[in-house]
Amino acid sequence: MSAEPALAPTQVTDDGAETHLQHHFQDLNVQADAARLGMWLFLSTEILLFGGLFIAYSLFRQVYPEGFHAASEKLSAEFGLLDTFILITSSMTMAMAIFMTQKRKKNAAVVLLLITIALGFSFVCVHGYEYWRDIQEGALPGKFFHVEELADKHGAAMFFTLYFCMTGLHTIHVLIGAGILSVLTYFTWKGHYTPRYMNPLENGGLYWHLIDLIWIFLYPLLYLIA
Amino acid sequence: MSQSAASNAVGQKKPLNYLTDGTTAMSWLNTRDHKRVGVMFLAAVTFFFLVGGIFALLVRIELLTPGPTIMSPNAYNKLFTLHGITMIFLFMIPAIPSGFGNFMLPLMIGAKDVAFPRLNLASFYVYLAGALLAIGGMVAGGVDTGWTFYAPYSTTTTTTVIPVLLGVFVLGFSSIMTGLNFIVTVHTMRSPGMTWGRVPLFVWAIYATSIIQVLATPVIGVTVLLIALERAFQIGLFDPAQGGDPVLLQHLFWFYSHPAVYIMVLPSMGIASEVLCGLSKKNAFGYKAIAYSSLGIAFVGFFVWGHHMFTSSQSTFAGGIFGVLTMLVGVFTAIKVFSWIGTIYGGSISFTTPYFYICGFLYFLIFGGMTGIALATMSLDLHWHDTYYVVAHFHFIMVAATVMAFMAGLHYWFPKIFGKSIPETWGMLSAGLIIVGFNATFIPQFLLGNAGMPRRYYSYPAEFQLLNVASTAGASLLAIGFIIVALYLGYALVNGEAVDNPWESRGFEWLTASPPIKANFEVMPVYTTEPHHYVDDPDQEKRHVG
Repeated sequence: MSAEPALAPTQVTDDGAETHLQHHFQDLNVQADAARLGMWLFLSTEILLFGGLFIAYSLFRQVYPEGFHAASEKLSAEFGLLDTFILITSSMTMAMAIFMTQKRKKNAAVVLLLITIALGFSFVCVHGYEYWRDIQEGALPGKFFHVEELADKHGAAMFFTLYFCMTGLHTIHVLIGAGILSVLTYFTWKGHYTPRYMNPLENGGLYWHLIDLIWIFLYPLLYLIA
Repeated sequence: MSQSAASNAVGQKKPLNYLTDGTTAMSWLNTRDHKRVGVMFLAAVTFFFLVGGIFALLVRIELLTPGPTIMSPNAYNKLFTLHGITMIFLFMIPAIPSGFGNFMLPLMIGAKDVAFPRLNLASFYVYLAGALLAIGGMVAGGVDTGWTFYAPYSTTTTTTVIPVLLGVFVLGFSSIMTGLNFIVTVHTMRSPGMTWGRVPLFVWAIYATSIIQVLATPVIGVTVLLIALERAFQIGLFDPAQGGDPVLLQHLFWFYSHPAVYIMVLPSMGIASEVLCGLSKKNAFGYKAIAYSSLGIAFVGFFVWGHHMFTSSQSTFAGGIFGVLTMLVGVFTAIKVFSWIGTIYGGSISFTTPYFYICGFLYFLIFGGMTGIALATMSLDLHWHDTYYVVAHFHFIMVAATVMAFMAGLHYWFPKIFGKSIPETWGMLSAGLIIVGFNATFIPQFLLGNAGMPRRYYSYPAEFQLLNVASTAGASLLAIGFIIVALYLGYALVNGEAVDNPWESRGFEWLTASPPIKANFEVMPVYTTEPHHYVDDPDQEKRHVG
């Protein structure tokens, strides 16, 4: 079997990428394939993790259509739109960071990653403010729910249970994602990633896009059904 | 394919192998070697099997008399929960995939290691952390919900449910890590010549198992988190008083936990294929049928969870669909069983301990499986629901069958893993005891269930006592059998005669020395035949010709 990866003549080979090749892989291409496949499998587990909550949502929305409709009106669609805008922009800067790494523009990549992380944190802040408003109004999950005007609406409390569970789990993911991106930013700044070896960065990017994607489903289901 | 690696090793004077290459404690605890991780998993699951077995014995002793025997009703509830959670999450789910799978899978496809060795080691420590949480919670406060955590009891009982739920959540991570690792390994690390049509059947079985581990486990993750939230904050999802639905919990729970049954039994089928081929000296009859039926079981397994809810508010129509889908599992299993029989036919059989265990496996698989078909029939299930018939059914198929295959694997691969032989006489004797013990324990339970004894109950009418005593007697036979196994395996580990390939098996894991060297192969193998290729053996050739 061939021990050396097939390289295009123009490709740089002294970029230190080989130092990242683990002993049990044949070459960097196989290693990158393995990393990518592993990440996609991991992303599928994330979708199934949220899947349980989506199932619960669809069940209770079927049971309490009016309660869900009325409760959803309590949420601010404008803030939701802001959340969406922030996350989609952050996905764009993430993709640009990967593009810059491919183009060997390390500093631009670092700046773009920092912007991505900052956008992630601003998402958490906006969402935190929304939570604070909900709590002020008594729009809490389950037993603690006490919104006067929705008192006679069956299922409004259940809506907020699901709202807090789904967005809560999502926000935890944003924080974890921001943590991962911080580590990746450090290594990008240290120059670990080159066009031939950037699996961790690509995988971090995939994770970030998935978080974004899940929000794109959460936004209409929670904010726009009123 | 040359078998040079194996034959070279025999002549040399004790070359280093993975066991002797680094002997400090740290070299084990911080290893990246899939073989060492596999051995550590095997040690851990064996330990928890013994612990869970002791709990089972205590349960059986309590049921010797209709009234109180050795413990209070509350202690009994905690004990059967402890038994269930230990056996399912700490033994049966990781036993074969994380133990034997870890050790054999890379060897069988000619890889130096799994794709992500660090993740593999992490999986072991995550498993230990989850075990600590789950066992710690159960010992410190006790949990009396049963392993299924049904609401509203699990959300209102005063016992310490939350640590155990978190333990299950963490154990799920370990399961996902291992499954993910194996899928990627099979896809990207196969050696040259290792085409999909040459992948050993054990690898196919582990591959199918891994798909279930990756796709089903997250659902129980979110489910146990929701139960924990429900307990902590009364969020109302599963509370009818707040408009919630306890049956939703059952659906989410069984969406994982039914496929989980195939996490336990599919790898057993993989071991059966390997042992039957290796010890009958024939390649599998219907290789493709066995391989694809593993995937078939994995696939259909995702669509049968509703058969756990025949009596809980599910529509008759949905129940019928789930019942028919459940029977499809029987079709795939039958494809395997007939293929195995075809494999044995005309083979040169060495009836040794692993073979004996696989015969036990086939018996328990067939009878456990057929009682499963009966249970999948809704009209019959109404009679058996929540009785000892169900207990006996799932102990036959997922305990007896899985343990049979685990023991077969342990005996078949013990020389591979440790390079030592096991005393055959003691092996056969204990295998006999264990097979008889399983029957003696669970056949009375089939009868009890059919007579109407409900599961999980602490006391029962006096007329059920005879069968209960018989069942407990069977359980003590099992205990004696396993004690003998523990003793002779301990002895063989130290004093066993050094062997390389006592079965003369041509499974691909035997292409390297026993125990294998740290890098698995001296020279990376190139595969030119299917596994268990015995046709160039003159005896075999004669049989094939006529």
